[in-house]
Amino acid sequence: MSSVSSDKALPSASRFWHPYVAGTLLGMVLFLTFAFTGHGLGASGGLTRLIAAAQGQLAPEHVRLNPELANAAGGPGHPLNHWLVWMIAGVLLGGLTSGAAARRLKLETFTGPRLSPYWRWGTALLGGLLVGFGARLARGCTSGQALSGGAVLSLGSWAFMFAVFAGGYLVAYLVRRFWN
Amino acid sequence: MQTLLPLDVLGFLGPVGNVLIVIALGFGFGFVLERAGFGDARKLAAQFYLHDMTVLKVMFTAIVVAMVLILWSSAFQLLDFERLWVNPTYLGPGVLGGLILGMGFIIGGYCPGTALVAVSTLKIDGAFFVLGVIGGLFAFGEVVPAFWQFYLGSGALGRLTIPEWLGVDPGLIAVIVVAMALIFFSAAERIEVWAKARKEGTP
Repeated sequence: MSSVSSDKALPSASRFWHPYVAGTLLGMVLFLTFAFTGHGLGASGGLTRLIAAAQGQLAPEHVRLNPELANAAGGPGHPLNHWLVWMIAGVLLGGLTSGAAARRLKLETFTGPRLSPYWRWGTALLGGLLVGFGARLARGCTSGQALSGGAVLSLGSWAFMFAVFAGGYLVAYLVRRFWN
Repeated sequence: MQTLLPLDVLGFLGPVGNVLIVIALGFGFGFVLERAGFGDARKLAAQFYLHDMTVLKVMFTAIVVAMVLILWSSAFQLLDFERLWVNPTYLGPGVLGGLILGMGFIIGGYCPGTALVAVSTLKIDGAFFVLGVIGGLFAFGEVVPAFWQFYLGSGALGRLTIPEWLGVDPGLIAVIVVAMALIFFSAAERIEVWAKARKEGTP
């Protein structure tokens, strides 16, 4: 089994940061986001706006009759001109830059030792469906709810965060063949 | 008295400057996630099999650092906490959504932010996961009219922080959160050693 985490043989630029270093920097990015914008980070919210914008184009009447959809596309100006969407652009650029500098830009599929890439695409799609549904039900994902709400001590965000870990550990044994 | 923070970026830099700031912050977010190793589903999934608890360490370190900086800067009247977005509490949908998201996380190997980072470094599983997320977000919007009452009303407490809920000083909660994080980190380090030894079959 090749170690994913701490391969000392790699050149330093290709190694992952120590978790506490990465966490400290992530915390500083999160604080700066609050300091500059008044809100935290977000990932799923921008995708929600992409969908809402597309639905608004294709079925405006349908969107108008569903308050959740109308709300997702709401606000002044074009539905895509929203910080949640711009943040996604930034996340993609940041990931791309870091990955390129560390020579990790490679078209590949990450999967467990027993799961073929084709099966892995299926489990990724299924997991994504659940994550998308859960994130919108919870009004935020690991970024917008757990990290951001956690830092400002929102009661609901902390309840959400422990629920995420509980959900993961509840199912981990059943899907252990996916990863081990 | 008007505090400096949160900064009125729109007023200072205009709409284009505001967008550039958000892109820069997102850039930092994506860069750090990638450097933490979170563009790899195997590393994220390992959190739930105990042999690599980077997810817990990074998340709780980030929360502690941001929380302390926010509380300090508001104690020194540099930042107005009341003007910050505090996710409103909806306990029912929040906990149920969290459970579903956690299950999807271990099945699919990512969360939305880390999947975007995986896509940015050309991981095909990340792209399938993002497609799934889009499908799940879409499906929720279509079915939510069937359970409005639960979504809008179950455990709906509005803007509520843990110190407000308990009626104690935020500093006390901050100390407890830091202590809890240190206990988690210490446990995580021990559990990793134990789980790795068990996995490799060495005592």
